[in-house]
Amino acid sequence: MSRETDEEMESQSKRAQEATPGGVEEPGGRWQERARTQYREWTSPVRAGLRHSREWFDKLPPPARWALTAALIAAAAVVPFVLNHALGITAPYWMSIVTKMGTAALLALGLNVVVGFAGLLDLGYVAFFAVGAYTFAILTGASRYNIAVFNQVPGAAALKPEWHMYMWLFFFAAIAVTMASGVVLGAPTLRLRGDYLAIVTLGFGEIVRITANNLTSITNGALGINQIPNPHINVGSFHYDFGLNNAPYYWLLLGFIVIWIFLLRRVDSSRIGRAWAAIREDEVAAAAMGVPTVRMKLLAFAMGAAVASVGGVVYASQISYINPDSFQLFSSDFGSVIILAMVVLGGMGGFAGPIVGASLIIFLPERFRALGDSRFLVFGLVIIIVMILRPQGLIPSRRRARELGGGETRDASVYEVQEHAR
Amino acid sequence: MATAERRGPNRETLNSALKWGVPLAGLAALLTIGISNNTCPSEGSIWLRYTIFGLRSGAIYAMIALGYTMVYGVLQLLNFAHSEIFMIGTFAGLYTIKSLFRVGPNAHLGPAFLVVVLAVAILFGALASGITAVVMERVAYRPLRKRGVSRLAYLITAIGVSLTLSNLFLLLDGKKHLGIPVAWPAIGGPAGVSYPPTIQHTPVFSVAGVPVDRPTFLVIAVAVAMLFVLDRFVHRTRTGQGIRAVAEDPETASLMGVNVDRIIVITFLVGGLMAGVAGVLYGVFFGQAQFNIGFVPGIKAFTAAVLGGIGNIRGAMLGGLLLGLIENYGVACIGAQWQEVFAFLVLVGVLMFRPSGLLGERVGG
Repeated sequence: MSRETDEEMESQSKRAQEATPGGVEEPGGRWQERARTQYREWTSPVRAGLRHSREWFDKLPPPARWALTAALIAAAAVVPFVLNHALGITAPYWMSIVTKMGTAALLALGLNVVVGFAGLLDLGYVAFFAVGAYTFAILTGASRYNIAVFNQVPGAAALKPEWHMYMWLFFFAAIAVTMASGVVLGAPTLRLRGDYLAIVTLGFGEIVRITANNLTSITNGALGINQIPNPHINVGSFHYDFGLNNAPYYWLLLGFIVIWIFLLRRVDSSRIGRAWAAIREDEVAAAAMGVPTVRMKLLAFAMGAAVASVGGVVYASQISYINPDSFQLFSSDFGSVIILAMVVLGGMGGFAGPIVGASLIIFLPERFRALGDSRFLVFGLVIIIVMILRPQGLIPSRRRARELGGGETRDASVYEVQEHAR
Repeated sequence: MATAERRGPNRETLNSALKWGVPLAGLAALLTIGISNNTCPSEGSIWLRYTIFGLRSGAIYAMIALGYTMVYGVLQLLNFAHSEIFMIGTFAGLYTIKSLFRVGPNAHLGPAFLVVVLAVAILFGALASGITAVVMERVAYRPLRKRGVSRLAYLITAIGVSLTLSNLFLLLDGKKHLGIPVAWPAIGGPAGVSYPPTIQHTPVFSVAGVPVDRPTFLVIAVAVAMLFVLDRFVHRTRTGQGIRAVAEDPETASLMGVNVDRIIVITFLVGGLMAGVAGVLYGVFFGQAQFNIGFVPGIKAFTAAVLGGIGNIRGAMLGGLLLGLIENYGVACIGAQWQEVFAFLVLVGVLMFRPSGLLGERVGG
């Protein structure tokens, strides 16, 4: 193996010795250390390869880096065609999964701002997704149509919403509403320490779902809203109907992901990104150094909410049907906890990590669909095992690894926010 | 909020407007809904009835909340899987009742037998939950603790454990509800067979004309007894002292000769036992169990723990009872469909006005 891997192995065993003074070791630690060593041996080529390709990429001149990135995006964009060619009859099925991965990746990247960058534990992220989706459904008039049909209002059929070009503006409306809801939730709660924030956001997620269930006159309650129009593009002589295919939504999501990563890279390496890093590492110190902590946390919250609302709008316009049960905490696809698991599995604070995590977490239950109901059992076990073997996530962010002080901390705690609070 | 921020007066005003305005507006909205529905009962006896309901659900929340608060006290871990520990208690209790109830011809069952069945069910439920909690600590949390990983990694592991356990029971029991035998007197029993009315929904006694039925009495009595025993345990025994010491400062405690690992195991065990008892009581009361039964009581119990002051054992008891009362008064005034919302509103309110909880955020107190 490479020189670095050996070094890492060495430091690993050294640390293992340090952790067990006098050679006495708890039984709970021994099998686990052995499993980790074994895991490191098995995966060292992969990890070395990953690190080398990263270093190689970093050393490239900027134009080459841009070209490579563009090639990567192009490769992602042609996935629908490749799937169509390669899979034939099962292509639509896999395409729907790939689209789901896109939504999940967008959400994971959004939550990553909150959890990975600012170090705030948000367990109610799906609420913003729901607010986005519902705002869109209400603005397009689908909600009104559904309620009229349900109440058998005469002429209800005429209310059936059709897509118009101005409806693209509803994307922005949904973003604005959701960001506002993020600020409203965040303003009172972001002063709290991490664990409380977690439970308050969890509560917020539930409140949004229950409210959507109970406010029958606005959201049509548990019946949900259907006939949400699919987007069209009508510019001059150019017409494109998004319809029921998955591919256009996939491209839309891909576009949003690319825009988001581009924006976020800039924000992250700006003053704001440094403020987030400071808050994440030590909030009291950051506040003492003049970082406006509450404002910065609110900003992270609102940005995360904005991304979630985009995901929600695309989801609503693609599926054409939403109901409160689409937004449960543990719901199989986009529940808050599931999205958080994506971010953590993939690795917080980076860009590749959440995407990989989202893809895996959508893919694994699908792959194990043959296992029927037990696939979530497998999923839970996988989470535990990954946390034991590689708690920093599959692709941890380089910046965070560096911030925490060199190679040694590659495995060290990356979430020490507010440890001092006690 | 003494944060050293540079804020202009305008921003200050805006911030405090947001900080106070949002919850007040929420409260006002709720009150408006309540008044416009005008469902607030005017009779005192109805309020009393809701008080009894509140104490009943509050007793269960309090018992679950203890597990959260104790584990949080010693590990600063939000043990997400605690609701699953509760769920396992419900299942174990109901399985026990199911299997014991098959024994012997029903006609000869006396009240004493039912009491024994209940006691055995509570014992088995508590043991099942306690053992699961200990195994969970051993398998999932200890490896992480040994390496001193991040708190987020802990939390994700807890979520993984929660998923694993609940889906395990989904597999064992399917999506159907595990019901207790139809003959179980709590549901009345088939006509023509006379069962000893040990826990039928018949009143034991009445308070100012409001009857307290047997299951309610059972839940409250057992809960109060368990809470009392736990309080004595934490305050009067050496092990309890150890728990308080570890919660206060693990390092110093270990220097003073406290075996921290052992204390942590005991904390999980005790929390699991309490959750198991709560689970059996919940199961006996509602007569069914399902793989996801733990989620809502779990979240509310955590709210109760925060309400009382996280890490504070007496706070968890008080918080649980208060939360049960608030929730039921809310249901009485505003409507049962908003029941789940009250707990969270209370939580947000407490965190805004008194973030350290009612009794303060200390440990072992």
